[in-house]
Amino acid sequence: MCLAIPAEVIKVEGNKGVVDYGGLEQEINLDLVEDVHPGDYVLIHVGFAIEKLSKEAALETLAIFKELEELEQENA
Amino acid sequence: MNVDYRDHQTALTLSKKIGEQVRKHGKEIKIMHVCGTHEASITRFGVRSLLPDNLKVVMGPGCPVCITPQGEIDAAIKMAKDGITVATYGDLMRVPGTDGSLADSGGDVHIVGSVTHAIELANKTSGDVVFVAVGFETTAPTTSVALLQTLPSNFSIMCSHRLIPPALRWLLERVSESGAQIDGFLLPGHVCTIIGLRPFEEFSVPQVVAGFEPNDVLYGLYLIVKQIANGENKVENAYPRVVHYEGNVKAQALMRRTFDVVDLEWRGFPVIPQSGYAIKHAFASYDAQLRYSLDFTSREVKTGCICNLVLQGLRVPTDCKLFAKVCAPHKAVGPCMVSGEGACNIWYKNR
Repeated sequence: MCLAIPAEVIKVEGNKGVVDYGGLEQEINLDLVEDVHPGDYVLIHVGFAIEKLSKEAALETLAIFKELEELEQENA
Repeated sequence: MNVDYRDHQTALTLSKKIGEQVRKHGKEIKIMHVCGTHEASITRFGVRSLLPDNLKVVMGPGCPVCITPQGEIDAAIKMAKDGITVATYGDLMRVPGTDGSLADSGGDVHIVGSVTHAIELANKTSGDVVFVAVGFETTAPTTSVALLQTLPSNFSIMCSHRLIPPALRWLLERVSESGAQIDGFLLPGHVCTIIGLRPFEEFSVPQVVAGFEPNDVLYGLYLIVKQIANGENKVENAYPRVVHYEGNVKAQALMRRTFDVVDLEWRGFPVIPQSGYAIKHAFASYDAQLRYSLDFTSREVKTGCICNLVLQGLRVPTDCKLFAKVCAPHKAVGPCMVSGEGACNIWYKNR
């Protein structure tokens, strides 16, 4: 029920937007987010964008994983 | 962009790190999560097989359809039988009420993917349309957006939204009497997307907000067991690509404008104080409960189903004698087997 899926915004018109789920387009409501532009990634839940995704933070988490792995290899 | 969060080597590293911290602690650890999407990820990717035997991860009341009490399901079925068009999210359709489900009510019932589609349905017909709004904080703001629009006069909303932090408070307050053990919470990433981290700071157990990819879950569990091993009680965010400390402030403001916080019953629980939403008086003309004088009283039905204990994290699906025998997704006895977010349904499909 709380499943939410990230998708790229390809069109914005007022409080409506269109997102692309890798080929499949869907109209979504943008009333719960601010300052969304084409090219942004948003998280979609029941037809609404509920948050913008931060690419920097996504890369940061992956960097933490990498760091943990390197530490593990050094200790091995 | 999700693929990186499924890397096998990372999963093994995290598994090893978790094992180290659990050994350091030296006692059995039980962590509760409260999200059907977490359970789906944990079961589907075999996350439990990567955990040491003395680390248990159980699902609590994290399935909105499962915790919607019988009385509310019965009220929705009654509306359908009375000739009102009922629209709701798919999972609710087959949840058994006292007598049958919405799907076999014989009424005009529609599965919608969004409240927006329910409004479109009302615009196309002259008959009355009720949207049954279930869901936690992730879903509630979308109902707020609907209430703040100019709505067709034949449209109204039956509000069944419930809130996660009051349920966690209830569980923690009763740990000693129920015999449950809760050493930490893996917090639901998309509920926290809306409400942020602050509402969880009152609880003195380790808590980590986690995403839904297998390595997100493992990383969240690692941070929790690390806190436990170090004797800490913090709320940490392991899902920063989506969740911010303050949450979605715009969504929170819309919820405050449209809902009052009220005491509500949950299935498997008694009335939990301040645990759900009622539509504010200013929007009373779109409140289906008022418009149709709906009665939400639940009648007890004895089936042998232990859904209530599963929802409180006291039992797992396979502890139930009905599981995969009398009770299966196509002939579900309890709601935890019906909903794709229910623990029994997820365990059945991944047997």
